[in-house]
Amino acid sequence: MTNEQIRDFIQNAIAENRVMLFMKGTPEQPACGFSMRTSAALNALGVQYAALDILPDPRIRQELSAISNWPTIPQLFIDGELIGGCDIVTELYESGELAEQLGVAQPQHEPEPPTADAPQSAPLGVENRLS
Amino acid sequence: MPTTNELKERIESALPGSEANVEDLTGGGDHFRAEIVSERFAGLSRIEQHRLVYDVFGNEIGGPIHALSLKTTTPEGEQ
Repeated sequence: MTNEQIRDFIQNAIAENRVMLFMKGTPEQPACGFSMRTSAALNALGVQYAALDILPDPRIRQELSAISNWPTIPQLFIDGELIGGCDIVTELYESGELAEQLGVAQPQHEPEPPTADAPQSAPLGVENRLS
Repeated sequence: MPTTNELKERIESALPGSEANVEDLTGGGDHFRAEIVSERFAGLSRIEQHRLVYDVFGNEIGGPIHALSLKTTTPEGEQ
């Protein structure tokens, strides 16, 4: 697979999925604490999202960062726009802005994102054709 | 291996007048958390604020600096 094909795949994933998370590992088995906290915030909101593991090929991260001009993983996109990484997503979750942007109710009972909850709705399978 | 003081000095010199508190999250010299107060952040989105800081370190982010967690605010307390 060429770098151009990887870049096209990433751009399509961002364009085709309203809530698109690039992470290390999967929502079920995150491979990094920052990725875990970010997917946990989405899980707590109960929104459907697509997730792609960037670990299978180092070029995924290179191409993603070239597209987004953002150096770290995870990266959350909503409606094709980069929202941020773990810090920003966590801040937006805690302030209620993330729920507002996604049009869902802010969970009242848990002010902090649960860290180890399973997704409330199964993440959309983005078939990882980059592995 | 970068130190918390080195990161603090580089952030503060790149963003004159800013104040940065940097901690080493794991003690391993590669996972850092920086809380930065700067006038430069005024009127910028969070993404733009964080990019200003990431740009200080360029390719070192993801390299020797494995992770740099950020909290950016203005002196007026805006985020």
